[in-house]
Amino acid sequence: MSTELTTDGSIPATDARTGRTGHLADKAFRGLTQFFALLVALSVLGVFITLLVGAWPALEQYGFFNFLTTNDWNPVTDVYGAVAPIYGTLVTSLLALLIGVPVSFGIALFITELAPVWLKRPIGVAIELLAAVPSIIYGMWGLFVFAPWFSENVQPWMTDNLGDWPLIGGLFQGPPMGIGMFTAGLILAIMIIPFMAAVMRDVFETVPPVYKESAYGLGGTTWEVVWKVVLPYTKIGVVGGIMLGLGRALGETMAVTFVIGNSHNVSGSLFMPGNTISSTLANEFTEADGAIYTSSLISLGLVLFLLTFVVLAIAKLMLIRLKAKEGKAS
Amino acid sequence: MLKLISRGLMVATATFALSTAAAADVNEISGAGATFPYPVYGKWASAYQKETGVKFNYQAIGSGGGIKQISAKTVDFGASDAPLTPEKLDEIGLMQFPMVMGGVVPVVHIDGIKAGDLKLSGEALADIFMGKVKKWNDSEIAELNPDLNLPDKAITVVHRSDGSGTTWIFTNYLSKVSSDWKNEIGNEKAVKWPAGVGGKGNQGVASYVDRINGSIGYVEYAYALQNKMAYAQLENHDGNYVSPTAENFQAAAAGADWANADGFYMVLTDQPGANSWPITGATFILVYKQASKPEVTQAVLKFFDWSYANGDDMANKLDYVPMPDSVVKLVEKTWAKEIKGSNGNDVWTVSMSN
Repeated sequence: MSTELTTDGSIPATDARTGRTGHLADKAFRGLTQFFALLVALSVLGVFITLLVGAWPALEQYGFFNFLTTNDWNPVTDVYGAVAPIYGTLVTSLLALLIGVPVSFGIALFITELAPVWLKRPIGVAIELLAAVPSIIYGMWGLFVFAPWFSENVQPWMTDNLGDWPLIGGLFQGPPMGIGMFTAGLILAIMIIPFMAAVMRDVFETVPPVYKESAYGLGGTTWEVVWKVVLPYTKIGVVGGIMLGLGRALGETMAVTFVIGNSHNVSGSLFMPGNTISSTLANEFTEADGAIYTSSLISLGLVLFLLTFVVLAIAKLMLIRLKAKEGKAS
Repeated sequence: MLKLISRGLMVATATFALSTAAAADVNEISGAGATFPYPVYGKWASAYQKETGVKFNYQAIGSGGGIKQISAKTVDFGASDAPLTPEKLDEIGLMQFPMVMGGVVPVVHIDGIKAGDLKLSGEALADIFMGKVKKWNDSEIAELNPDLNLPDKAITVVHRSDGSGTTWIFTNYLSKVSSDWKNEIGNEKAVKWPAGVGGKGNQGVASYVDRINGSIGYVEYAYALQNKMAYAQLENHDGNYVSPTAENFQAAAAGADWANADGFYMVLTDQPGANSWPITGATFILVYKQASKPEVTQAVLKFFDWSYANGDDMANKLDYVPMPDSVVKLVEKTWAKEIKGSNGNDVWTVSMSN
């Protein structure tokens, strides 16, 4: 096995025959992978077109803008507006990020910087296991275990102590049912933490030890090293991890359906029941027998599709701007 | 002359085709629809398969789904908890018949209140579900229950979050007893609920009511029994307070005039009778009048005929109410009259009955 290497490191095709078959296999392989890649793009396009076609009757009747801005969901009179589910989707996802991002950051930080070596692996494996738990399990746990405990022990306390605060007090008022947008956001946070923590841990580990050691050598505290060296080095990966979590939170269906209360209302209180786009679809699709009803539900799907698309686009834009700034600074 | 011969030939081949087809074994029939009768259909199916070897596939995907599937002809029969109007039936070319009956029961969770303690009128029930009556010690409830010590606690309404035949029957009743409900909310499989939280399925409602102190919901009778929930008594059409029991469902069904119900369109809510439970309903089967595969339709009808004849005990055990024999006779007569093969031949004759 002695192959002569050319200067650029590639293996020269010395034997004409093997060279030709290799060439053919290369071509086939290239074609195959290209086909796979195209398949993804085509499916996305296909999904979009299918949604658009299905949503057309409803959008034609109400108008896209009108559909997005009216809050009426009445199968009896066949009038549908998407404000409540869109509101619920955004609020629960934001809440999930608000809780999930700091916790994931802490977990990743602990594993990579602070934990003793023998503890790193068990925690890492535990996080990966959490990520593998099916979402319906989280939903059932949320409904049967967390909600009753939360409604009896935490919710009344929150209403009593936070309910009178200016500005945010209204968020914590309402009957202590244990079911509602707050619980949904919390369950979502628990579900996306493993994903975000795992990504953050992986990217934190890519920081060359030399960088950190030099910072420590200059007398930096752990916090300073993380904040000024690790985070700037890994910010693209971190944002990517957060977006992965947000994407999952936006589309999560079963766990949310269990605990959100499934009611089409827009309420200022996080303790009131609400609805998300995906839980509305899960609840109502099977029994929607009117043409406009079905079409309105598909329009909701289209809205979710666009919402996810916009979120990802914003994330990408943010990253591009971050990079551009970096260029200027250096 | 040639025309006559060819027509004769056609009839002959068609008859031949039917007889051979009918002779061919249909050993699997499939249907889809309502979730409410799923347990009893499943029970009948396994008993029927043991006896005849015919496999019965039923997907409990909801009444709306069942109507969609039979309209798309992907299943041999559909099932719906809400009856289709005669016009809708004609539009698709279906016939429907009632298979089994059950009741919808209001269930409450108030500390110290046991099953049957609470009495509600239809009006009060509607006001609670509209969010007009907000507390358990509201005078509207207290007046009906002078003996009860009702707490000063907020009422949490629990309704179905998914579209459902149960909701259809329940809102049908509320529309009959409350004009406000009829005008503002209406009667559908899913409505715009003015108050409360939504649980998915009977099980979802049952578990929410179980979790939330001060809640009221509605579930199928079987769920109320199995979960040992505190049901409320209701005032019926005759002004008596009745409890949800199989006898009282039957009482509601007894007065129903099925013979004059066009297309078996019959809603059993708010029926007269001293003991009638006011929220009673039947669940329906849908088949095509013009059977494109007569042998399959025949197998479907054979199964339901067998169930009418042998399934009463199984239905009773699962807390469903079987159809009275007079209604069964009427249904089977209608099969013979209305269901035809693509060539116009009968698919069912009364002599086939069990």
